[in-house]
Amino acid sequence: MMTITVKFFASLREQLGKSETLLSTSKPLTVSQVWSQVCDNISLPAHILTAVNMEYVEANTLVNPGDEVAFFPPVTGG
Amino acid sequence: MKVELTSQPFNPWTTLQAYETTLSAQIGKYGAVTTFTGTMRDFNQGEDVQAMYLEHYPGMTEKYLQQLSHTALQRWDILDTLVIHRVGEIHPGETIVLVAAWASHRAPAFEACRYLIEELKHRAPFWKRETLGGEKMRWVESNG
Repeated sequence: MMTITVKFFASLREQLGKSETLLSTSKPLTVSQVWSQVCDNISLPAHILTAVNMEYVEANTLVNPGDEVAFFPPVTGG
Repeated sequence: MKVELTSQPFNPWTTLQAYETTLSAQIGKYGAVTTFTGTMRDFNQGEDVQAMYLEHYPGMTEKYLQQLSHTALQRWDILDTLVIHRVGEIHPGETIVLVAAWASHRAPAFEACRYLIEELKHRAPFWKRETLGGEKMRWVESNG
């Protein structure tokens, strides 16, 4: 078993009440599957942006044990 | 090329001047410098805003802005770029972001500067949380 680090930012972090969680897995999962496993089997909302190892990815991207996955709302910088 | 996140207030004009002194090898090569500065307002969506907190994703935000600058340098005939962005607590009147592009001619300088600020606003991982009257907090939900 290895772990995937899962991070949440901004309003999403406040809604979920956590900024980071660890997910144990022995096989690759998609980004959507990671979300469902750490969010009580709820499906990934369409507006949530996703990154793996600090690069934007699509929801069907495979995540490997040891990777860092991030979920966050639309960005509002500048 | 420089990308920097700072938690301290900064003056965009003295910052630009200081950075330009590091470009001595380019003197005589650039004929156009374009800049964009974004400044915090004291109002948004019909409400007074007292302060703002700028959250970011440490590591990814810097990486994204570096990649964006590299893309601009490849896509346009420009000589250099500068991107400085505040993080943390910020107040009305303070500069949020400074973007600049140096080029031989004005067209690529304008286009690259516009590209940098538009991509930054729509893709760089930053999130604004406003403090309104009565200490009420509100996350800004989208960028125009």
